[in-house]
Amino acid sequence: MTVGRLRRLEEAIVPTRLGTTLESLRPRTFLETYGLVVILMIVAAVAAAPLVAPDPLAQDLTSALAGPSGEHWLGTDNLGRDLWSRILYGGRVSLVIGVFVLLTAGAVGVLYGAVSGYAGGMVDAVMMRIVDIFLSFPSIMLALLISAALGPTVRNVIIAISAAWWPVYARLVRGQVIVVKEREFVTASRALGAGPIRNLFRTVLPNSFGVMKTIFVLDVGYAILAGSTLGFLGLGVSPPTPEWGYMIREALQYPTHWWFILSPGLALLLFVSAINFAGGIVTRSVYEVPGR
Amino acid sequence: MSADKGKSPVLVMVEDLRVWFPAGKGPSTGRRGFIKAVDGITFSVHRGETLGLVGESGCGKTTTARAILKLLDPTEGRIRFDGVDLSTVSRRELRLIRRRMQPVFQDPFSSLNPKRTVERIVAEPLVIHRQGTTAERKARVSELLDTVGLPPDAAGRYPHAFSGGQRQRIAIARAMALQPDLIIADEPVSALDVSIRAQILNLLSDLQDQFHLTYLVIAHDLALVRQVTDRVGVMYLGKLVELRPTEDLYRAPLHPYTVALLSSAPIPDTQAEATRQRIVLEGDVPSPADPPTGCRFHTRCWLRQKLGDPDICSAEAPALAPVQDRGASGVVACHFPEAVEDSHERRETLVALTGSRASSPSEGTTP
Repeated sequence: MTVGRLRRLEEAIVPTRLGTTLESLRPRTFLETYGLVVILMIVAAVAAAPLVAPDPLAQDLTSALAGPSGEHWLGTDNLGRDLWSRILYGGRVSLVIGVFVLLTAGAVGVLYGAVSGYAGGMVDAVMMRIVDIFLSFPSIMLALLISAALGPTVRNVIIAISAAWWPVYARLVRGQVIVVKEREFVTASRALGAGPIRNLFRTVLPNSFGVMKTIFVLDVGYAILAGSTLGFLGLGVSPPTPEWGYMIREALQYPTHWWFILSPGLALLLFVSAINFAGGIVTRSVYEVPGR
Repeated sequence: MSADKGKSPVLVMVEDLRVWFPAGKGPSTGRRGFIKAVDGITFSVHRGETLGLVGESGCGKTTTARAILKLLDPTEGRIRFDGVDLSTVSRRELRLIRRRMQPVFQDPFSSLNPKRTVERIVAEPLVIHRQGTTAERKARVSELLDTVGLPPDAAGRYPHAFSGGQRQRIAIARAMALQPDLIIADEPVSALDVSIRAQILNLLSDLQDQFHLTYLVIAHDLALVRQVTDRVGVMYLGKLVELRPTEDLYRAPLHPYTVALLSSAPIPDTQAEATRQRIVLEGDVPSPADPPTGCRFHTRCWLRQKLGDPDICSAEAPALAPVQDRGASGVVACHFPEAVEDSHERRETLVALTGSRASSPSEGTTP
């Protein structure tokens, strides 16, 4: 017990930021390890898609709806396209959507929320009412409307989902900023002569990210789900680009050919659940390491 | 104002400072009220001296400090720093002034950014005010860490690796980085262990000698204030009630509130502590949203009761008046300072404080 505490204290004064970060990011439970491994495998497979899978767009109507075999590992779809290949290339689309939604919605939301919370008063009130308007729509409805209006490309799906999501981040960051800006080191920085911009971006924001990190990681999974949902509803990335949600939609017409719906469904389930499990690592690192 | 420090020039001049915070609507009046945290105080800090501000929590001492640091804007009144009126300075001028006036806060656990290394914390004022190159700043930081008695390897660590006393040293190093004229220390040691306090106070006084600093020290601990200050201002409910050279204040307080404060200060002699007669102030401090008329202290004043409730106490606010005619220096705001002087309460208090109970038969036999 005592030895454990001492060890922790030693860790606490590790001077390098990177060392502390790596240490805290090591998975500790089975599920965390599992999640991390699955994510790494999926990312590797998706990145190596051209090397390990045939052309996802090549049609072969003679072998349409064929079951899994040596030639087509996961079988083929209604147009005879190789499902293994379409899953991997579809994963690229999903990953791109997940990451870019987070970057876009995150950047907009963090900036907006930070300014709103730091400014306070009337500025804050007006900015937050705008957020309320966005939040008053169910987010998937909003994404659907925007996607329908912009047209079905990967870029537009990212824009649509980001537009529906940034208000959540804006609100979260605003709350954190309001708490942090009252802390004494912020006052100290002000008294030392720091202007509002420096104060907000160099002092307040770096201390407001704890909760955000956790949510960001989990939200990659939800962004992928949202992208697939749009695809499933026919308003996502347009065919013939492979996309898991749209694949599930197509497969619904062939309920007797189980491999058709199983592949994209399982891929989605595996990926999103792995992200959720691995998200625990980030949550822990945020709350455990002192000074983070 | 004070005789001995009158020679050195004034660094900070506070004139009729008022800081009112808007409060919610009053339950009875329905009108929007104000919390009068600081309500008309005037004093000056002379170059090279240490001025203490004492009083109970809520008396406005921290608000005064924040107004001088221009972290809050005064509702009324003027603060001059080295002759420059802070209410009319431009942003550029304010930056220049802030270089010369640095804060040390009460709680070193919250006044240091937990995400920065000590090196970056101490260098922050240099970065903000664009002083030196990266290498020069690094050198300056290690010099400062040495000055405040921290090991050189402290630079690479984060604040959580340090104890309270060490953190306060870091905060002091940060305040010293720009070689300021004035350091405003708001309860600099009250968050620290008693055993560490003396070290930090000694450090502050060494730095003062070495770098000709001027201090404004805010505190509620009278013993501490006596140890480090040249002059002390006593505040009550947003007003300054007495401002005197430290030794005068402790040897011959002239305001009933000061006497009451001294009477409640703990003394090391346990026997005297047990037998001394304390002045117990009745009731609570009135709300600064609705301060009493006349003298603010009259609702709790032991002297007023003794004098048979003179009308003047509740009718007229006493001005801060010089006490030279009593053979002392400083100012006091009381209608009856001579009655304070003659009171046995004051005599009792001072006897207990000095520990020389001349009339006590146990004197000399105390182990």
